[in-house]
Amino acid sequence: MRVPIEWLRELVALPDDLTAEQIAARLTAFDLKLEEIISAGLSGPIVVGRALSVEPEPQKNGKTINWCQVDVGEDEPRGIVCGAHNFGPDDLVVVALPGATLPGDFTITARKTYGHVSDGMICSPPELGLSGDSAFLRPGPGTPAESGILVLDAESAQPGDDAVALLGLGGDVVDLEVNPDRAYALSMRGVARDAALAFGLPFSDPADRDVPADGEAYPVRVDDPAGCPVFVAREVTGFDPSRPTPSWMARRIEQAGMRSISLAVDVSNYVMLELGQPNHAYDRAKLHGPIVVRRAEAGEKITTLDDVVRTLDPDDLLITDDDGPVGIAGVMGAAHVEIDDATTDIVIEAAHFDPPTIARSGRRHRLSSEASKRNERGVDTELQARAAQRVAELLVEHGGGRIEPGLTVVGAPPARASVTIADDLPARVSGVAIDAETAVAALTAGGGEVVHENGTITLTPPSWRFDLNDPNDLAEDVLRVVGYDQVPSVLPPAPAGRGLTRAQELRRWVGMVLAGDGLVEVKTFPFAGPADFDRLGLPADDARRRQVLLANPLSAEQPGMTTTLLAGLLSTLELNVGRGHSDVQITETGRVFLPHAEGLAAPIYGVDRRPTESELQAFADALPDQPQHVAFVMTGERQRSGWAGPGRPVAWSDAVAVARHVVETLHLVPAVEAAQLAPWHPGRCAAIMIDGVVVGHAGELHPAVARAYGVSTRVMGAELDLDALITAAPETGPRPQFSAFPVAKEDLALVVADDVPTATVQAALEGASDLIESVRLFDVYTGDQVPAGHKSLAFALRLRAPDRTLTDREIADVRQAAVTAAERDAGATLRA
Amino acid sequence: MPSSSDYDPVEVTPLRADEVERMRDDALAAIAKAATLAELKQVRIDHAGDRSPLALANREIGALPPQARKEAGQRVGQARGAVSEALAARTAEVEAAELEQSLAAEAVDVTLPVDVEPVGSRHPLTTISEHVADIFIAMGWEIAEGPEVEAEWLNFDALNLGPDHPARTMQDTFWVSPESAAMVLRTHTSPVQARTMLTRTPPIYIACPGRVFRTDELDATHSPVFHQVEGLAIDEGLSMAHLKGTLDHFAQAMFGDGITTRFRPSYFPFTEPSAEVDLLCHVCHNVPGTVESCRTCKGEGWIEWGGCGVVNPRVLIACGVDPERYSGFAFGMGLDRTITGRYDIADLRDLFDGDIRFTEPFGVGL
Repeated sequence: MRVPIEWLRELVALPDDLTAEQIAARLTAFDLKLEEIISAGLSGPIVVGRALSVEPEPQKNGKTINWCQVDVGEDEPRGIVCGAHNFGPDDLVVVALPGATLPGDFTITARKTYGHVSDGMICSPPELGLSGDSAFLRPGPGTPAESGILVLDAESAQPGDDAVALLGLGGDVVDLEVNPDRAYALSMRGVARDAALAFGLPFSDPADRDVPADGEAYPVRVDDPAGCPVFVAREVTGFDPSRPTPSWMARRIEQAGMRSISLAVDVSNYVMLELGQPNHAYDRAKLHGPIVVRRAEAGEKITTLDDVVRTLDPDDLLITDDDGPVGIAGVMGAAHVEIDDATTDIVIEAAHFDPPTIARSGRRHRLSSEASKRNERGVDTELQARAAQRVAELLVEHGGGRIEPGLTVVGAPPARASVTIADDLPARVSGVAIDAETAVAALTAGGGEVVHENGTITLTPPSWRFDLNDPNDLAEDVLRVVGYDQVPSVLPPAPAGRGLTRAQELRRWVGMVLAGDGLVEVKTFPFAGPADFDRLGLPADDARRRQVLLANPLSAEQPGMTTTLLAGLLSTLELNVGRGHSDVQITETGRVFLPHAEGLAAPIYGVDRRPTESELQAFADALPDQPQHVAFVMTGERQRSGWAGPGRPVAWSDAVAVARHVVETLHLVPAVEAAQLAPWHPGRCAAIMIDGVVVGHAGELHPAVARAYGVSTRVMGAELDLDALITAAPETGPRPQFSAFPVAKEDLALVVADDVPTATVQAALEGASDLIESVRLFDVYTGDQVPAGHKSLAFALRLRAPDRTLTDREIADVRQAAVTAAERDAGATLRA
Repeated sequence: MPSSSDYDPVEVTPLRADEVERMRDDALAAIAKAATLAELKQVRIDHAGDRSPLALANREIGALPPQARKEAGQRVGQARGAVSEALAARTAEVEAAELEQSLAAEAVDVTLPVDVEPVGSRHPLTTISEHVADIFIAMGWEIAEGPEVEAEWLNFDALNLGPDHPARTMQDTFWVSPESAAMVLRTHTSPVQARTMLTRTPPIYIACPGRVFRTDELDATHSPVFHQVEGLAIDEGLSMAHLKGTLDHFAQAMFGDGITTRFRPSYFPFTEPSAEVDLLCHVCHNVPGTVESCRTCKGEGWIEWGGCGVVNPRVLIACGVDPERYSGFAFGMGLDRTITGRYDIADLRDLFDGDIRFTEPFGVGL
């Protein structure tokens, strides 16, 4: 809400020395938050002048300037050069004299131009900070209106008058943010009321006016009293549509951020700004039959003022006449009944509509107007007749004609429910020592009816407040007057907490391990789409193509939630490589989104009680699985080349090593087995398993996938289901047990077929005897020394007993047991 | 070498005092002269070996009359002791010198670059979330989490944002398709608060850091995906004063001593009374003379930090908490803006585009 300070001062007797900043600061403390102070930006002598002579002087550059003598109320006229042509001798204009400053920090000086000394500047509306399509502007012959200077009504002022005061040019405008619960503050009346309260000043309500009436005005029928509890109609006849809007009114409308259009429209808007009552002016001649307020019929259409044909919904509330809809109630009128430059008889509508109805219509038709903004938040239920009276009076005052004596009022303000609180509630809620008297005074000052008895306060809220329904609402209203800055700072006594959950701690471990392994964490957006899955090479029937789709995605390319972190990571890799990074190792931890069956909907319950356990379970049933995953991708060198020698390119084994490290960090022992699935290299993908269940994959990405992401080097990576790992992780860490007796070392070279996984041999050896402490592969050999299609795996075994030094005999037995196990499980033979 | 013709049962030349002394001095001189371990080895053979003069002299002792043996034995023993001691000392010296020499030869240019192994780092949004979590853990609070695709009822209705509530239009929400599925990308972490109240009994003191979504196009100051931390306390007798105390403590733990907060009235459906909370600018501290040119707070002295208030009893009812017995407070603030503000990051997009040069300087902590 843009509030011109001068207008505000007219409604509240604010001390003269208060600046706009000070006023705005107090209003901010009253929940009317300052967004911006719009300063007029002009100062110095800006006066009314009368053009005495206007002599055109053609110039060499093809332009014609006017050399003018202008009476600015001084002994001698001033000579001024002006390029505009929309005025002539005897016209009243606005002159900025040397020393004046205009908006944009434009300082006026006497300067030589076109062979004259120009002793000031004749101003156009934009130069004075008025909008270009201002009602002030009189288009001149052959001159585009935008470039014309401002010509004042002949009788409106005298040369030398202060133009700033005359036009209301000075004065700051404060733009206040109005929260949805403070509907009343979308009016000067409401802001002035809060300003009076904030500064402890008396408030005289601009809506306090008599509504003389005799009989009915235009006939009205309300078929839907719930949607339209109050409807008022008033008529003005004999109006002169050619009469201009008074400049002060146009100025205020512009300062408030609206456009000045014509007298009748301006009056309507002015009263809306002043009192907060949206109202509508119909051309009586275009209405046929009584006004009927009803809901729309399915398929009914209306052409609104903005020339859009809209198909109506049965929930839309309409204003209609015999010919059909003349407006979507409270939102926007129809074009065919609008007043125009021939309108002489006017029907004024002022109503209180059901706010949710208006809000739904506005959303449905994507229409937000100044009227709907106010109607959907709630308009003072007792304002309609007085606002219509105000409109009628202003129309007649400035446009002639007469107010018809009749007044149509359909419906009555709904009764307001009172709210009762314990009189210490404001103190208990706020923690401020607010006594009952203070609370009563604050609520009374707010305009409601207050009864204080037996330790309770009962408030009947005033007709313009829709936010005082619950006990805490009253506490807030009291605190607003007492001051939020009075709330003391008291740390609540600390309960005994249990620290992070095990899962939260484990996630931190994983984060630190990944950083320790050289990975840089990134955050990507969890959106994805078919193009991403294509780049990953996922088959058409891959489950990861089934997404949680969004109704309103930001981009059509990524219409839903991602099912794999690799999509975002590879795009990020692409960005980094594109920016010239050749060695990139990045990781992300985040959720993926895996929908349940199609067509599941989450339930909507009432809010008057807690849902039951089974009702709560319905949420879990409908919501997609959203496990946290951890993933990484790497390309370039794992160890960088440098003075010490060539580096080492990142290898599939690095990815598996880091993935294993993550798993082992959680005190889990991963099993690894070869896997084949997109987006992995068919021969270099390891499935990582816990207790026989696959929890993720690691290895090398398919080179085609890397290329699809614009990366020409090999790319390694992994993606693990972090939630599954954390669920599987033991609650406590291991208990290390080790023997201090001497170790015996045995090396074994075993020959197996090429397709036997090393892990199989390793597992056989590890399981061969309790005395085997560790098994480490130290060489893999293929070549002449072993049969074709075979490989030799050399293992170092460490043997140790918990309670004794092993004898040579025992060592030999274990060695034999190991060979036997490898032979049994992996078909291994001891290499000759 | 004494000959048998010189044999005198009393006087054996090699055992004469001056002779033993000479042999000892010869040995000591040779030891002192030896400069390498190899030379010392030869000296050891020549002067301390089995066939060295002192060893041979020692063999003659038996030939002396018993009364002379003791004195000669002592004389030779002392001389051999001195030689062996000198040998050990000199060996240690030479060894030390040789080690020193070889170490000197191993000297390197320690300023050579050593950046061979990759250095990882953690995203500041991760570390700031952990930091915030730790602050609340230290206060005895717990950290709660919840899903990002959330039921409409939990994201809106339960929080007093009914279907026609104007505030619902203020939050431009991502809806899961079809809209009749009644699921959204959570627009705040508040549904975590609702879930916690629905499943636990008070007292409840929780903080919820998390990722949230609104349909803002990505630009320098807006992101459709951003991060919040919210807090919720439900207990007997809690008031706005406890909210202020908690936020003041949080502010000081995050931004340093002396950083206080101030409340401005505001409106949120889930709290009543509601306030916006401002943070004393942690750069200029609103000190006159400094504040005017402060870029962090743009001369305001205060920085908008978040929203807060007393939990609306309607929310308590929907979440199964008895509003007659319990009251509570809640607050929420953006973490992304905290990072951009604190580290002078002009463009919010830097947090999300994934250029490794953004994360790397943060290392593993802020």
